[in-house]
Amino acid sequence: MKTTKRAYSGKPVYIIDGNRTPFLKADGKSEKFSASDLAMTTSRALLLRQGFDASDIDEVIFGCVMPGPDEANIARIIALRLGCDENTTAWTVQRNCASGMQAIDSAAQSISQGRADLVLAGGTESMSLAPVLFNQLMVNWLSSWARSRNVSSKLQTAFKFRLAMLSPIIGLLRGLSDPVVGLSMGQTAEKLAFRFGITREQMDQFSLQSHQRLANAHDQGRMKEVTPIYDSNGHYYIEDTGLRRDGSLEKLARLKPAFDKKFGLVSAGNSAQITDGAASLFLASESAVKKHKLAPMARLMDTQWAGLDPSQMGLGPVHAMTPIMKRNKLSIDDIDFWEINEAFSAQVLSCQKAWTDTEYCQQELGLKEPMGFIPEDKLNIDGGGVSIGHPVGASGARIVLHLVNTLHQCDANRGMASLCIGGGQGGAMLIEKTEGTSHE
Amino acid sequence: MSDNGSQFWTKEIDTQEIAWLHLDNKTGSVNTLSSKALKEFEQLLHELEQDTPKGVVILSDKPGGFIAGADVSEFTQLENEDEAIEYILFAQSLFDRLETLDCPTVALIHGFCMGGGTELALACRYRIAKDDSNTRIALPEIKLGIHPGYGGSVRSTKLLGPLAAMDMMLTGRALNARQAIKTGLVDHIVPERHMKNAAQQIVLEKPDTSRSKLSHKLLSHRLIRPIIAKQLRKRVMRKAPAAHYPAPYALIDLWEKYANSEYMMKNEAKSVAKLIGSTTAQNLIRVFFLQTAMKEKGKLSEFKARHVHVIGAGIMGGDIAAWCAYKGLTVTLQDQTPERIAPAIKRAARLFSKKLKPSRLARAAMDRLIPDTEGNGIEKADIIIEAIYEDLEAKQQLFKSLENRVRPDTLLCTNTSSIPLEEISSVLDKPERLTGLHFFNPVDRMQLIEIVHSGNTDDKYINDTSSFAVQIGKLPLKVKSSPGFLVNRVLMPYLLEAAFMVQEGIPATAIDHAALDFGIPMGPIELADKVGLDICLSVAEILCKHLGGNVPDILNDRVTSGNLGVKTERGFYEYHKGKVVKPSNDKPTIAMHLIQDRLILRLLNEAVACLREGVVESEEMLDAGIIFGTGFAPFTGGPLQYLHTLKLDIQEKRFNEFNEKYGGRFQMDKGWENLLC
Repeated sequence: MKTTKRAYSGKPVYIIDGNRTPFLKADGKSEKFSASDLAMTTSRALLLRQGFDASDIDEVIFGCVMPGPDEANIARIIALRLGCDENTTAWTVQRNCASGMQAIDSAAQSISQGRADLVLAGGTESMSLAPVLFNQLMVNWLSSWARSRNVSSKLQTAFKFRLAMLSPIIGLLRGLSDPVVGLSMGQTAEKLAFRFGITREQMDQFSLQSHQRLANAHDQGRMKEVTPIYDSNGHYYIEDTGLRRDGSLEKLARLKPAFDKKFGLVSAGNSAQITDGAASLFLASESAVKKHKLAPMARLMDTQWAGLDPSQMGLGPVHAMTPIMKRNKLSIDDIDFWEINEAFSAQVLSCQKAWTDTEYCQQELGLKEPMGFIPEDKLNIDGGGVSIGHPVGASGARIVLHLVNTLHQCDANRGMASLCIGGGQGGAMLIEKTEGTSHE
Repeated sequence: MSDNGSQFWTKEIDTQEIAWLHLDNKTGSVNTLSSKALKEFEQLLHELEQDTPKGVVILSDKPGGFIAGADVSEFTQLENEDEAIEYILFAQSLFDRLETLDCPTVALIHGFCMGGGTELALACRYRIAKDDSNTRIALPEIKLGIHPGYGGSVRSTKLLGPLAAMDMMLTGRALNARQAIKTGLVDHIVPERHMKNAAQQIVLEKPDTSRSKLSHKLLSHRLIRPIIAKQLRKRVMRKAPAAHYPAPYALIDLWEKYANSEYMMKNEAKSVAKLIGSTTAQNLIRVFFLQTAMKEKGKLSEFKARHVHVIGAGIMGGDIAAWCAYKGLTVTLQDQTPERIAPAIKRAARLFSKKLKPSRLARAAMDRLIPDTEGNGIEKADIIIEAIYEDLEAKQQLFKSLENRVRPDTLLCTNTSSIPLEEISSVLDKPERLTGLHFFNPVDRMQLIEIVHSGNTDDKYINDTSSFAVQIGKLPLKVKSSPGFLVNRVLMPYLLEAAFMVQEGIPATAIDHAALDFGIPMGPIELADKVGLDICLSVAEILCKHLGGNVPDILNDRVTSGNLGVKTERGFYEYHKGKVVKPSNDKPTIAMHLIQDRLILRLLNEAVACLREGVVESEEMLDAGIIFGTGFAPFTGGPLQYLHTLKLDIQEKRFNEFNEKYGGRFQMDKGWENLLC
C-alpha cells in the first residue's frame, strides 16, 4: 500500500469546540427531524457559546449522504439559516459512512492551505426521512401524463398504467447495499466474521458492552457534548434514544440474524442502529485563534483515506490507521484512546484481530510485524455506533468530537478516530489535545 | 409636468401617454388624504378631464405603503353635521370623477392601504397589489366609530358582493395579498419586479371588467337584503351592542335600505356625518390618537434589539420569547431544564404556523428561538427579560449575577407583576438600570406593556425599553413602581367586588351580564376564572396588603378546594374543554344597574387613586392603559373620560349609599374632586 505524506503540510489546524444532538433511533414513532433541522440544532447552540458570531465564519462544510428534496447543498442551507453572511461559502461532501469525517478533513485542508480561517464542519443525517422513490417505470409514466395535454391523450396514458409501477424503491435499503459486489453492509460483516472467526457470542458481548459503556457515559457526565433537541409537540430529547439499559446476553441471543437470514450471525442487536443525528465542530487557523481569542481543544495532526476490497469494507479502519501510525512513527502504546465506528460488532472485533494477525499485516498492510492489539479499555470507552446509532453522514464527525472530549476528560494526549466506509474504504484521523476547554 | 407648489401629488406622462400619479406626502412620513391632498387631487382631475391620457395609474412613492386613509385629525375639527357632510361629499365627488374618467384607471397598491385609500382604489377601474407579506388592504373606519364614507360602502358591496364587503367593513380587518385577490378586491397580485409592467399592460389591454356575479346580484335583491341584514345585526350584537356602537348598525341599515339605489352615495355621506359627531366616534378617535401617542413614546430612543434573552420559560416567559422571535428577533430562552422549555417551544410552533405563511417563514422563526439551559445567550443579548417565579431573593440573585456578565448597554428588565422594582434593584451596583417590562396575558393579543420605573430609574433605560416595546409591536405605558402598577391595581377591586356579590348570593351570570351590558368585553367572573383563581388570590393578597381592603372569603374557599377556574374545569363556573358551561336563567336578586354601579365605581375609584398618586403620567395615559390592558369599553374613551360624564354630587351620594350598605371599601377617593369640579 502507498504510504503518503502527512496531511495538512501548511498551517496548523485547530479544533475549537463541538457538540451533537442526541442520536434518535429511526423507529417511526416520534416527530422526525430533517437533516438540516438537526444540523441547525447543533450549530446554533454551538455558535451561541463562542466568542464570535455567525458573520465571522468563513466556510461551512457538512457531510450528508441522503439530504431531503429541499436540501440540495445542505451546508449552504445551514449557513443561511444560521445567519452567516451571504458571502460565507458552503459545500456538502459525501464519502458514504465517513462523510462527517470528510467534512472535517475538507475544512482542515481549507485552513491548512490558508483559504479559510474559521470553518464550521460537521455531519448530519435523517435516515428516517430517507426518500422512498418512484421506480423508473413510474417516473416515465408520470412524465408522459404531464405531457398529455388533452383528454384523449390523457386517457391513452391512463391505460398504460401498470401495477408494477407502484412498487417503491426504498432509498434507505438501497443505500445500505453495495451495488458493485452485490452485498449488503451486514453481509460484508458476516464475511469478516467468517474470516477472523468471530462468534455470535462475541458479537453480542461486544454489543452489551457498548450499551453499558454508553449508559455509564451519560450517567457519569461524560456525554456533555449532547445538546438537547426539541420538537414542535412539546417533546425533547437529551439522551441517545437507541440506548438499551436493560439489555442482556439472553435477549441479544434471541434476535434472528438480520442480513444472512437463515444461518447468519450478525443481528440487529449487534449492529449499529438506523438513526438520525448531527454533529458540528468549529475548526480554526492560528490567526483565527488569535483574532477571536479562542482556546482550541485539540489539534488535527493527520488524516488518511484508504481503499480496500468492498466485500470486506469493515476492515477499512486498519487500512487507514496503519499509514498514519507508520509515518508518525507511532506504536499502539503511543495512542491514549481510540474511536473505531461500530458499524457492526463483528467489524470492530475483526479490526482488532486483523492488527494482531501477522499474515494480514504483512500481506495487506505492508507491515513487517503485527501492529498489536488495541486494548479494550482504550477503545470506544463510552460506547459506539451499536448503542448510539450510526446516522451515516454524522458519525464521522461524532467520533472525532467525542475523542477530543475524551482526551480532555481523561487528561490524555493523543487519540485516533477511524471508520469503515461502505464501498470499501476507510478513514482515520490523529488528534492531539491542546489546553483549551470546551465551553459547556 | 406637474405643479411645483404641490406637496402631495406629482404627475408624470410616460412614452405610452399613460399618466402616472405619484402620491408622496411631503409633510409627513405616511400618505393620508387630507384636505390639502384632496384639493391637489382635484386640480389633477381637472387636468386629466381636459386632456385625457391613454390611462391613469395611481401609486405611492412612500416605501411603507399606499395610503393610510383619511386625515383623522381633520375629523375632530369638524364643527357640526353640515360641515361634516360637506367635507365628505367633496371627497366623494372627486372619487366619482375618478371613476368616470374616460380612460382606464389603475390603482397600484403596496404595503398598507386603509380607509380612504381603499376607497380611492375602489374608484379606479382596476387594482393591482404587490404580492408580499406587507400588503394589507382594509376598510377600518368601524374602529373609529364610523363607516366608509367616500363611496366605500357603495363600491365594495358591488365589487366583492355584500357578504365579503360587509365582513370587511364590519370587522375592519385587513386582507393580505392572497385574500385580496380571492375576494376580487384586487385584479392581480404581482411581485415588485412586475408591478409597473402589469399596470402598463392593463391600461393598454383594457381587460373586461364585468365582474358582477349572479350570487352578488341575488344577495343584493331587495327581498333578500332584509334577511341578510338581520343575520349581520345578530352577528354584530355579540361583540358591539347597539347602545354603545351605532356605526355597524348604521352601515347595515344603509345597505339594507339603499343598496342598488342612486341615493346610496348621498346617504352614505349623511350617515357618516351623523356618526362622526357621536360620542362613541369622538371617543374612539381619541383612543386612536392615544395609541399614536403611546407609539411616539417609543421614538424617544434609537434603541433596537437584535438579540433578546428571556429567563424563565413559563407561560409568560415562553410566550414573550415566542412573540419576539415572531417579530424577527433572535431569542435565547433560558430555564433550568429542557423539560421546562419544551412546552414553550410547542406553543411557539403553533403561534408561528398560525401567523407566518409560507411555512419557511415559520421555520425561520423557529430557527431564531433558541432553547438555552446554559444561559449562553446572556453575553450576546441586547436586552434581558426576567420572567421567573415571583420571589424577591431569587430575582435579586439573578440580576446580581447578570449585572457583570452583560454588556454595559444591555437592558435589564423584569416582568414581575407584584414585586417592587426598588427592592429587586437594591442589590445592583447600578440600580438605575433596572426597568419593569410587564407584559399581559395572552402576549400575542394584548398590546399593552407597562414600563415600570422607580424613583431612581434612569430615563435613558425607560426610553430604551419603550423603544423596544414599539419595536416588537406593543404599546408602552410608563408606570410608577407601586403595587399592581396600573392595570392589575384598577382591575382588582372590580374583580373582588364581583366576588363579594357572588358571596352575597347574586348569580355570577347576572354580574357578568351587567359588565357586558356596560361594554366591558368579558365579565369579571369569567375573567377571574380565565386568569386562574389562584393567581387572582395571590395578586389580591399582595394588593390588599399594600393598599388595604379584604379578600372575599369565597375566593379563598374556591382556591383551597382546588377550583381554580378554566385550568381545573371549575372555578366560579364550570368548564368543558375550555368552554364555559353557564347555568341558565338565574334570576338576579338586584337590579342590573346596581351591579354595574358597584363594579364600575370600584374600578373608577381605583383609577382615580392611581392618577392622584401619579402611577401614570396623565389622564390620557391612564385611559389608554386601561383600554389596551383590559379591553375596557373603548367607546367610552376610557374610565376617566367616562368619569367626566358623571356628576360629582350624584357619585358622592352613591358612594355613601354603598358604603353604608356594603362596608368601608366604598370610600370615595380624594381625586374625584379634582377631576369633576
